[in-house]
Amino acid sequence: MMDRRKSIQTMILGVGAAGLAMHGCTPETKAPAEEEITKGAQGFYGRTPEEAERDAKLHEEQLFNEHEMETIAVLSTVILPPKEPHGGPIEAEVPEFIEFIGKDLPTMQMTLLGGLMWLDHKSNTEFGVDFKSATLEQQKQICDTICYHDPEIPLNKQPLEIQFFHMFRGLTLTGYYTSKVGIADLGYKGNSPNVWDGVPEDVLEQHGMAYDPEWIAKCVDQSKRNVIAEWDEHGNLLT
Amino acid sequence: MQIKESSEVYDVIIVGSGAGGGMATKQLADAGLNVAVVEAGPFFDPKNPEQMTQLKWPYESPRRGAGTTRAFGEFDMAYGGWEIEGEPYTREPGTKFDWFRSHMLGGRTNHWGRISLRFGPKDFKGKTRDGHGEDWPIGYDDVKPYYDKVDKLIGVFGTNEGLEDDPDGFFLPPPKPRLHELFYIEGAKKSGIPVIPGRLSMLTKKLNNDRGVCFYCGQCARSCSVYADFSSGSCLIFPAQKSGGKIRIYVNSVVREVTTDEEGRATGVSYISKDDRKEYKLRGKIVVLAASACSSARILLNSKSKQHPNGLGNSSNLIGRYLHDSTGASRAGFIPGLMNRKTSYNEDGVGGMHVYSPWWGDNSKLDFPRGYHIEVWGGMGMPNYGFAYNPNDFNKFFDLKVGGYGDSLRDDVKKYYGSVIGFGGRGEGIARYDNYCEIDPTTVDKYGIPVLKFNYKWSDFERNQAKHMQDTFEELIHNMGGIPLGEKPGKESDYGLEAPGRIIHEVGTTRMGNDPKTSVTNKFNQLHDVDNVFIVDAGPFVSQADKNCTWTIMALSWRASDYIIEQLKQQNI
Repeated sequence: MMDRRKSIQTMILGVGAAGLAMHGCTPETKAPAEEEITKGAQGFYGRTPEEAERDAKLHEEQLFNEHEMETIAVLSTVILPPKEPHGGPIEAEVPEFIEFIGKDLPTMQMTLLGGLMWLDHKSNTEFGVDFKSATLEQQKQICDTICYHDPEIPLNKQPLEIQFFHMFRGLTLTGYYTSKVGIADLGYKGNSPNVWDGVPEDVLEQHGMAYDPEWIAKCVDQSKRNVIAEWDEHGNLLT
Repeated sequence: MQIKESSEVYDVIIVGSGAGGGMATKQLADAGLNVAVVEAGPFFDPKNPEQMTQLKWPYESPRRGAGTTRAFGEFDMAYGGWEIEGEPYTREPGTKFDWFRSHMLGGRTNHWGRISLRFGPKDFKGKTRDGHGEDWPIGYDDVKPYYDKVDKLIGVFGTNEGLEDDPDGFFLPPPKPRLHELFYIEGAKKSGIPVIPGRLSMLTKKLNNDRGVCFYCGQCARSCSVYADFSSGSCLIFPAQKSGGKIRIYVNSVVREVTTDEEGRATGVSYISKDDRKEYKLRGKIVVLAASACSSARILLNSKSKQHPNGLGNSSNLIGRYLHDSTGASRAGFIPGLMNRKTSYNEDGVGGMHVYSPWWGDNSKLDFPRGYHIEVWGGMGMPNYGFAYNPNDFNKFFDLKVGGYGDSLRDDVKKYYGSVIGFGGRGEGIARYDNYCEIDPTTVDKYGIPVLKFNYKWSDFERNQAKHMQDTFEELIHNMGGIPLGEKPGKESDYGLEAPGRIIHEVGTTRMGNDPKTSVTNKFNQLHDVDNVFIVDAGPFVSQADKNCTWTIMALSWRASDYIIEQLKQQNI
C-alpha cells in the first residue's frame, strides 16, 4: 500500500517525476513490429491542424485554481486509493485529466466547480477546515453522505453534491483506467501486434464454452497467413 | 473576381475519393487515362505518422479518447462528422435526417466498419418480390463478375455457405470467434437464428506484396498503417499511382458545380479552394461524380444552365428523390456468464465482428417486407474515455449497492470487464419518392454554395422491423442467460429505430433505370440526359438491401469504369 501522505506530496512536487518513477518499474516489452509502427508517430496523437490548435488553446487556459487542483487530487485518492504496484489517481494524472476534460467538455464545469465549493463549505461547517486539510476520516464522513445516488430517480433530479460525486467518481475511474498504470492494473493485453488464434483452452473451460470443430475448420490457418491467397474458379482457397 | 481556368484538359475528372471514386480512379488510370481527382478534404495516408491514430494509447491524448471533435471518439479516422462548421444542411420541420460527412482523401472508407456484403439475386428485384419499391435494371448476374473481382483485388474474409441471398465469393479465411461470440452462437442456436463467420475487408492472409497482413489490433476504424484493411487511398489510389497512372489529386477543393457547354454536355467542374477561398475551373472530357449520394445530388442540382434549368441530368425531376438509409436499432445486455474474465490474453481480434447473422426470416409471414442482419459486439476492449465511469452499475442485478468509493471499485471494474454484449440490427427500408433531399435556396455554406435540405420520414414498415429487432435482441440476451440493459424501446420511441442517415448507408438519390422519366442514370451509371457524366457513389442504387452498401458501390463503379473505357474506344463519348 502506497503511503497516502507521500502520494499527495508527490502530486504537489510534480507528477512528472512520479510518472517517470512508475514507468521505470515497468519493463518495456514492446515487439519490434509495434516499435516500427509507432516509432515515427511519437509525440503526435493524430490531430488535424485545427484540432491541434484547439488543444493548444485549451492547454493555455486554466479552469481550476491551485487550491481546487489540490482538492481534486485529494478527493480522487479518497475515491480510488493508490495500490501497489499500479499506483492511483496521481500516478494516472487524473487531476490533469479532469482539468483538461472540464475545458474540453464545458457542460461539466458548473457541477465540478460547484461541487468542490460544496465540499469545502461542508468540511468547514462540520470540522472547521477545508476539505483537503481534513483528516481522511473526516473526508470519508463527508463522502459517505453523497456517494450513493438513488438509482430510481434520474441523476439530474438529485442534489448537486450527489451529481458532483457521481461525476467526479466517474472521471476518476475513467481517468485512472485510461492511464498507463490503470491499464496495467486492469490487465488489458491488447493494442499491440498479435496473431489471434482463438480463446485459450483454460478460458473456454472457465466459461463452459467449446469451439465447434466444423467452424474452426473454416478459420484461418495462421501458419499460412503470409502465403499469398489463391483460389480455384469456384472460390475455394488453394493456399 | 475572375475564375481561374486550367489549360490542361483531363480525360476524366473524378469528384470524391471514397469507395466509388477510388475504384474509378484505379480502373480509369490503369487503362491509361489522364485523371484528375478532386477531393474536398486534405491528403491522408494511414501510415503518415502525423495523422495516424492506430496503436495510440488513450493516455497519449489529454482527453483520453473522448469524442469532442470526432463523433466516434478522437482516434476515429474520419475528418468531419454529423455537423461540420461552416457547412450546414437543413431539414424540413417534422422530418429527420442526420448526415455524416468525412472530408479527406479516402473519405469515409478510412473509418468504416469494413462489413463487405454482396447483394443477393432477390435484392435487385424488390418490386417483383413483394410489390414495394422498384426493380433494378440489372440483376445479380450482371454484378457477380465485378463482386468476384472486388473480392480478389481488395480482399474480404468470410466463408462460402451456399446461401441464396448471401452469395458465395472469393474469401480469405475468417478469424476464430472470440469468447462473447461463442456465447452469441449458443444463444442464437436456441432461437433457430443462423450465425456464420463475418464478412469484412481485412487481410487475414496475404493478398499481394503491397499490403500487410492483419495484426489484430481491432482498430480498423483508425485506418490501418500497414494497409491490411480496405481504405480507398491505401488500396486503390496509391496503387494506381504506384503503377504509373496519370493521376493528379486536387485536395481541399470543394466542387461547386459541373460546367457545361452550349450543347449541354459537361466540360469540367468548378471548385472552391479551401486554401485561398477562390473559385477555379478544371476542364475534362468526362466527369465522374463520387462525392457520396447526397453530395453528388447537391452538385447536380446546383449545376443549372439554360439547357438544364432544374439542374444537370434532372429532366426527370428525380434527383434527390428515393433517398434511403439502412434501418438500425440496437440493444445491449449484461451476461453474468462473461463475468470474472481472465485477462491473460489479447483478444482484440479484427476491428469488427468475427460472426454475424444474415437475415433468416420469411417476410411473407411478417408485418414488414424486408429483412435485417445482426451485427455483434463485445469483449475486453481497450479502455477509452468513459470506461469504468459507472464502475459497479451491475451491482443492482445482485441486490448490491451501486456507487460508493474505495479500493473495492478496482474489484468491481475487473469483475464486470468484458461482460456486456451488444447487437445492432441493420435492415432495408423501402425507397420512397417522398423521402428526398433538395437545394435549400435560403442557405449557403461558407463557400457560397447552396446547401441541402432533407425531407425524410420512416413508415410503419421500418418501425415494425425495428420492433422485431428489439424482440429478437431480448430473446437472444435471455438465451445467453443475460439481462437486457436499459428500458426496452417501445412505440413512443419507434422501437429504437435510429433517425434516417444515422447508419451512414444513404443511397438512392440518382437511381438507375431503363426509363429516363423514372430514373436519373442508365444501368451503367451514366446520366440519361448527359452522356459524359457518370455517378459512381451510392446515388444510382435503386434499393439498399439488408446489406451494407460499400461492396456494391465498388462493384458498380468498376463496371461503370469498364463501360466508360469501352465507350471511349468506340468513340461514343
